[in-house]
Amino acid sequence: MKVAVIVFPGSNCDRDMYHVLSDVFKLESKLVWHTDLLPKDIDAIVLPGGFSYGDRLRAGVIAAHSPVISEVKKMAERGMPILGVCNGFQILVEAGLLPGALLKNTSLSFICKWTEIIVKNNKTPFTNKFKLNQRIPIAIANGEGRYYADDETLKQLKRNNQIVFTYAEEINGASMRIAGICNKEGNVVGMMPHPERSAEQIINPRNAKPASLIFESLQNTLGVTA
Amino acid sequence: MSLTPPEFGYLEKKIGRKPNPVELQIVAAEWSEHCSYKSSKKHLKILPREGKRVVSGPGYDSGVLDVGDGYVVTVHIESHNHPSAVEPYGGAATGVGGVIRDILSAGTRPIAILDGLRFGDIEKDTHARWLFKNAVRGIADYGNCLGVPTVGGEIEFDRCFTNYALVDVAAIGFGKKEKLIRNHADAGDCVVLIGGSTGRDGIGGSQFASDKLEAENRSAVQIPDPFIEKLVIEAILEARNQNCIKAMKDLGGGGLSCAISETADALSVGIELDVSLIHKREENMSPSELMVSESQERMLVITDQEKLSTLKRICERFHVPYSVIGSVTSGSVMEVRLEKEVIARLPSEVVANAPLLDRLAIQPKYLENIKLTQKPSTPENLSETLMKMLANPNIASKQWVYTQYDHEVGIRTVIKPGSDASVLRLDNNKFLSVKIDGNSKHCYINPRQGAIGCFDEACRNVVCTGAVPIGMVDHLQFGNPEDPEVFWTFKESLEGITQYAKYFGIPCVGGKVSLYNQTNIGPIKPTPLIGVLGLIETKPLIPKKIQENDFVVLIGETKDELGGSEYYEYMHDTIGGKCPTVNMESSKANQEIVLELISQDLVKNAHDCSKGGLGVAVSEICIRNEIGCVISLDKIPAQKLRIDELLFTESHSRYLLTIDPKNIENAKSLLEKQGVAYGIIGKFSGSNIAFKDGNKRVISVRVDKAQERWLNSLGSLVSHG
Repeated sequence: MKVAVIVFPGSNCDRDMYHVLSDVFKLESKLVWHTDLLPKDIDAIVLPGGFSYGDRLRAGVIAAHSPVISEVKKMAERGMPILGVCNGFQILVEAGLLPGALLKNTSLSFICKWTEIIVKNNKTPFTNKFKLNQRIPIAIANGEGRYYADDETLKQLKRNNQIVFTYAEEINGASMRIAGICNKEGNVVGMMPHPERSAEQIINPRNAKPASLIFESLQNTLGVTA
Repeated sequence: MSLTPPEFGYLEKKIGRKPNPVELQIVAAEWSEHCSYKSSKKHLKILPREGKRVVSGPGYDSGVLDVGDGYVVTVHIESHNHPSAVEPYGGAATGVGGVIRDILSAGTRPIAILDGLRFGDIEKDTHARWLFKNAVRGIADYGNCLGVPTVGGEIEFDRCFTNYALVDVAAIGFGKKEKLIRNHADAGDCVVLIGGSTGRDGIGGSQFASDKLEAENRSAVQIPDPFIEKLVIEAILEARNQNCIKAMKDLGGGGLSCAISETADALSVGIELDVSLIHKREENMSPSELMVSESQERMLVITDQEKLSTLKRICERFHVPYSVIGSVTSGSVMEVRLEKEVIARLPSEVVANAPLLDRLAIQPKYLENIKLTQKPSTPENLSETLMKMLANPNIASKQWVYTQYDHEVGIRTVIKPGSDASVLRLDNNKFLSVKIDGNSKHCYINPRQGAIGCFDEACRNVVCTGAVPIGMVDHLQFGNPEDPEVFWTFKESLEGITQYAKYFGIPCVGGKVSLYNQTNIGPIKPTPLIGVLGLIETKPLIPKKIQENDFVVLIGETKDELGGSEYYEYMHDTIGGKCPTVNMESSKANQEIVLELISQDLVKNAHDCSKGGLGVAVSEICIRNEIGCVISLDKIPAQKLRIDELLFTESHSRYLLTIDPKNIENAKSLLEKQGVAYGIIGKFSGSNIAFKDGNKRVISVRVDKAQERWLNSLGSLVSHG
């Protein structure tokens, strides 16, 4: 069992994610540089946060067109659990693995703060340990985190139960306060907030237990006993 | 932008001939005040630099402190004032980039940034507001992209910074002691330039920064590219892991001229290089432009022949441009060629060591006049005064600023910005507490006591998190040193800092001097900035939720010292009087007892009492905890003072502790034993911030109203143009 954390030039939450996966939740993980091949023996993929390619052109767009993403797409089709956090979410959207777009926050500024999100789908590989509507104190940090989709797409997201997390407060102008979504099949999840910054009590000013459940869900999915 | 006649004569004598134009450019860059410290170097020797945790090495660009278990912390501070005053976004951003590379130079990973920002009166001056907003954005865009958290800092507004900006950036690094770069070089080693390409930006930047800011010189401002910097960080750290780096230096002020001459001089070797080999972003650059360009995101690395191919492979893997520009030679000469032609040949010892100056220092006349300032009268409605003070940009919450900075990346930030000091967890289960403090208003009134006060305040802030101060960095910012009155204030501040550092046994592990901070309206107020690092061996004091009936304990004496206070200057427009002074003995005793109470788990919350005095400090605790309080002014340990003086004097060495009723007796007996001045001045309760003089309520304001003012004032001010 292995989790691949894919590192692009400019990724900057890769080491944080690796630490939480491997040291805190004992999930065997590997940092995979974007030009290297995906290891054969992986069971899950995480696209971490950061500024891949310095957010040039548009956040996530260059990384979304890199060769490793075509491999990620193949794995997505095979049903492998894939999580994109922050810039990782932006990449998944730009790659067409998830619908919609991520726009500049309505404040036009980068926002780094603690907030709460609400679990709206507890069937995904990353949320199966949650109760529906459970709240998660979590850190956000982004400049282009406002989820946007047209009305038709939003309807579909609702109909297919693709809205995974919503913000408990108005934060950046996101459509339907969406903080995270999944694909139709539910195996590919993207979220703007940072679970890897929120799952250890020493750095979480509120309660780290709920955010931990994201990683415990993955343990559960992969059949790892904590 | 050139040498003075005596300097020219000195150079000629040293090299035994007339320098050619390229040589002159190289020397002029390196002998600028900014690079050579020619005015300040003689005086800086008085700072204590030794300490049991201090690790020193040749040519380190940052201070190194041993934090045990085989780990070190590195720290450095720099400013980017002139560029930020002209182009605040790029100036502030490249300020971050430069100091980060100093941390990288030691072979450590940058783990935190703190910034100190100073501008004119943003309430009235829209230009100051523009500078402020864009400097913040520059820091945010750069630091956020790098993935180095901006965990703290401080901001001050004062009319003396009109049409100007002070942008100070401190950076912290962390790493294994065994991985520190032990700078050394041998003849035959390769000299490699790694990172961003060299262009015409920042030409003459160090000389630009070594003169009064009277004309805007945009070409002297550097252009930021955080993406390249991020790639450089990862490539350099990988090269360090694979032992490919024998010596390393950041390219900052003075560009290659400075990096080459200082490296050769520090390592006692010669260096020869061919400027045609440098990777450039512009055509037809002249050799002197290439030597003095301050293009950013560049590192100079010395590696041996054997490791060169590994180093090249690492750079290619991380998509970092590089060029092998020369080699190390025996002897001590720096030789610059354009292909085969030698265009400069100078002893590096001469280039790296400008002739030092003896500047005249005379006590400024203004100091006599401001002593005569009349005390303003007490306002009738002190509740209103407190509310105004909470909305004062110098006091109001800085959340508008720090929410734009990623302060969480790296998952080390235990105590976040907005608190007294910020706390980072380290890999050896210890914690590092960091804070920078400055106060131009106090330093103007008394440059020595003001500087000591900044030092004391920074120490108090780290002590409030349960940390013992282990090292400091200073950044001495003054006007034109050729003015004897300015130079006197520099010397006074430096002596004050030295006095404090020696008394408390806190070594100075790095620093910077920035002079010529002066515009057409005159010099800035003296603005020494002090950064203090504190170490927490077991656990930090993470503030606990305050409950009804918790006690408010004030440690330290409250004195009639309102000169330079926010109360005098903001409320009464009064500059003058007596500024706060530090009694070292009682300050030390207060620090010790606060640390003792924290270590015995008797404290729920510790808060430093500084800007805005007790009135503001108490309000801040109430606002953060959304609880009221009743404070009895007659319980404050103080001489006979007026009510407004008790409330708003900024006397140093004072701490506000919140103590659970069940611990108050224990705390009292420890405080009595230590023999410090203290008072149990009140309790938290209700939903009003209330101060009583005897039975009379002199202040009563609702916590939610105060919170609204304090939290939102700065944000609403800047969002309106």
